[in-house]
Amino acid sequence: MAIAVPQTTELDISQTIDWLKQKYPDAVHDDTRQGFGGVVVDKSMLVEVAQAIRDDLGFDYLSSATAVDYLGISDHMEMVYHAYRTTGGPALVFKAQTDREKAEIPSLVDVWLGADFQEREAYDLYGIQFSGHPNLKRILLWDGFNGYPMRKDWQEAYFEQEHKPFDSRWPGGWVHRAEEKNVYGKNVRYPDDIDLARLSDTSEATLYSGLGLGVDVQELESDGLQTDRLVVNLGPHHPSTHGVFRMIVSLNGETIETLEPVMGYLHRNHEKIGERNSFLHNIPFTDRLDYLSSMGNNFGYVLAVEQLLAQGARYQPPTYRAEVIRVLMAELTRIVNHLWSLGFLLNDLGAFFTPMLYANNEREKILDFFEATAGSRLMCNYMRFGGVFADLPERIHSVANLVNDKVRDYNTMEYLAQMITERLPRFLEEYGRLLVGNEILRERTINVGVLPHDLAIALSTCGPLLRGSGVAYDVRRADPYSIYPELDFDIPVGVNGDIYDRFMVRFQEIHESLRILKQLLPRLEQTKGEEVVTKVGHTPRVPVGEAYGRVENPKGELGFYVVSEGDEKGPQNPWRYHVRAPSFINLTALGPMCRGYKVADVVTVLGSIDIVLGETDR
Amino acid sequence: MYGQGIAKGLWITFKHLVNTYVDDIRYAGRKYVSQDNFQVRQGPKSQGAYTVQYPDEKIAVPERFRFVPFRVDSDYDDPERPGQDWCTSCGICAKVCPPQCIWIVRGQDPNTGRPVPQPEAFFIDIDICMNCGYCAEFCPFDAIKMDHDYELASYDRTSRHIYDKPKLSKELRYWKTIAPTRAVEEMEARGGWDHKDVQKEKAKAEKAAAAQKAAPAAPVQTNGGAASPAAPAAEAPAADDAEKIKAERLAKREAALARKRARDAEENGGA
Ligand code: SF4
Ligand code: SF4
Repeated sequence: MAIAVPQTTELDISQTIDWLKQKYPDAVHDDTRQGFGGVVVDKSMLVEVAQAIRDDLGFDYLSSATAVDYLGISDHMEMVYHAYRTTGGPALVFKAQTDREKAEIPSLVDVWLGADFQEREAYDLYGIQFSGHPNLKRILLWDGFNGYPMRKDWQEAYFEQEHKPFDSRWPGGWVHRAEEKNVYGKNVRYPDDIDLARLSDTSEATLYSGLGLGVDVQELESDGLQTDRLVVNLGPHHPSTHGVFRMIVSLNGETIETLEPVMGYLHRNHEKIGERNSFLHNIPFTDRLDYLSSMGNNFGYVLAVEQLLAQGARYQPPTYRAEVIRVLMAELTRIVNHLWSLGFLLNDLGAFFTPMLYANNEREKILDFFEATAGSRLMCNYMRFGGVFADLPERIHSVANLVNDKVRDYNTMEYLAQMITERLPRFLEEYGRLLVGNEILRERTINVGVLPHDLAIALSTCGPLLRGSGVAYDVRRADPYSIYPELDFDIPVGVNGDIYDRFMVRFQEIHESLRILKQLLPRLEQTKGEEVVTKVGHTPRVPVGEAYGRVENPKGELGFYVVSEGDEKGPQNPWRYHVRAPSFINLTALGPMCRGYKVADVVTVLGSIDIVLGETDR
Repeated sequence: MYGQGIAKGLWITFKHLVNTYVDDIRYAGRKYVSQDNFQVRQGPKSQGAYTVQYPDEKIAVPERFRFVPFRVDSDYDDPERPGQDWCTSCGICAKVCPPQCIWIVRGQDPNTGRPVPQPEAFFIDIDICMNCGYCAEFCPFDAIKMDHDYELASYDRTSRHIYDKPKLSKELRYWKTIAPTRAVEEMEARGGWDHKDVQKEKAKAEKAAAAQKAAPAAPVQTNGGAASPAAPAAEAPAADDAEKIKAERLAKREAALARKRARDAEENGGA
């Protein structure tokens, strides 16, 4: 296992932009809107410029590609791209604008393969046609869906008002249930000519024909062996999919030829909800993305909004103690998440529940701490703009108030110290002995699901999946935030990019997190008594502009693209709220990783990506 | 040698199995007697597996635990303001609620039509509530708090899951029992166990009283005769008022207790 620290090269983005403007004087212009940055690229030249950005400038990693609808402001639609260098440094932001009515932008799949799912999402939710995209069809919504829900003029079935808070709640808030208004069919608008019975049929057929397949079994001859080609649906309901997720696999005998992930069963249009919400409302909603690491989600979102708030007057950045607590929570979350994913990977391999429950035993203890501090085990809702919800409690303490309640009472700092310095290291050591040498595990994972180095970058994969392929790219080092620069830790990377390497990267990352946590304990003692509760009230006015906040979440790079627009004083609601979901984008690599392996490996490959459907489907 | 890794792993699982029973034997019988044993077996020093037998046993939740909120009333037998509703229907909780599940009807004086502090109606749709805790965090009057009772399942979600004011209201005493530390912190921030506004009034009254005391103190000595005839006259109505206030309080207290009884009966009947 090679351990490497990526070089954080300070590169001057304005120089890069100047170079671009010189090379393409007609096509590249500064984005001069107040609070916005980067360049606007003429869409006819987009592919060429993108190629130069990748090849000449070395921005080999497309982190995020998303659309924004500026209806009522400048009445155009816009794709926003964030490209990075895998050697580290800030983003090069470039945008391409198009008309709303005939929205069309050239596809960048040929430049960065990782644009694939992200463009499909933009097509699905915004109706932007990506010319040149090889497989442009809906990804989160069902094929028969009418309209493009993220457009500003689209209204959902339960539509009540453009922005929260709703006027009907106060002062004349006589309650009614939204469902009552929605007697089946009312308030839901289907197009007039739609035949509901027909829809499921066609969509299913398109799906299969998209794979170049009929549903029937085909006889094949390979290596003198009589095999069948058949299409198998794994999921949507399958224990290996960790949720409602479906893979359509076409097999030659037992070997996988193509694999098409189908998702969106849990889609709730998180981003539309986010744009109806106020800035503050969104924090608990981010908990529901990757519900195994809600602290990390909170962190990413508040970082993005804090970037905007920092533009305004009278904003106090978080105190040092608040930062220490945030990092404490983020690293504990990483341990929680990796324990879970290691346990489940073993489950997927058939080691039913023993490794999983051992890992969960430790996880529970950390969740106890979350519960006592933030008030909830999973949906922590702990971070606030400019601070956190509350300081660590003096004691992890409970009071009996239901019948038969069992009471516990620990000193918080002692509890943490015991967990970090004794219990978790001891457990990890034992867990390593339990698993790492296990021959079955090794045979099922070594050289299976290989994702080569270059492909991993091109596909915009992130987190342990990317690092397992030998790319030492970790946002905590590549584009540091919070107090990470002063902390001492390494970035574990794999060599072969197979499942075993990903497994080991996660394992090592728990060790590294423990190393960070040990450094945090004295910092917590030193800063005792410092204020961590923010003075930003419940309706902060957020200055106009755009911000992209990203954190290294356990599952990979989690980014929030937030645009604040409109109101002079600064609006209360985000104009655009986009989540760059690591689970979703990592799935781009699922098909390429499975090709050529056996059908039984699909389950393990998926397990090694570590997805969570709350985040994939949003 | 092939299989060594597997054998090593099996040895670990075996040890885990034994550990669990060793602990069970070590703590035999005492699990239910002493709280300390429970604490050790559930804490960071525990070994082996340990199951809490829900629903016969439950792990008590920490103070900050949050579940569907409740509204705070003064204690129903409070000597001065029995069952006083702490909410001023300012609407902040309804505004900060992310899924917008709080519905408040602001109270109105029937004669003047002017808003009055107490809400006329207050609803929370517990199906929609996401237990985020914002309402409790941002309420300026400590009038809404997150509850610890997580066993809210019922057989009919359509009719039973919109909680109204009586169902949501609990005594301040209850908050003191489920979150003693926080209740004290909040009390200190307010300056006393009473509602913030009451606290302010009290402070004002005290100031006034102090001022009054300071003022008459001088005249009494120079001009004692003139002040004395007025005194009984002033006292008599005050005594009357006191009687009235007492009766009112008694009635309020009875009403509050009756509400509580009715709710308990409904709950027991419904369960
Ligand atoms: S914020 Fe507090 S005082 Fe205001 S309406 Fe809500 S519960 Fe009542
Ligand atoms: S806990 Fe959150 S969701 Fe529930 S009522 Fe309060 S503010 Fe609303």
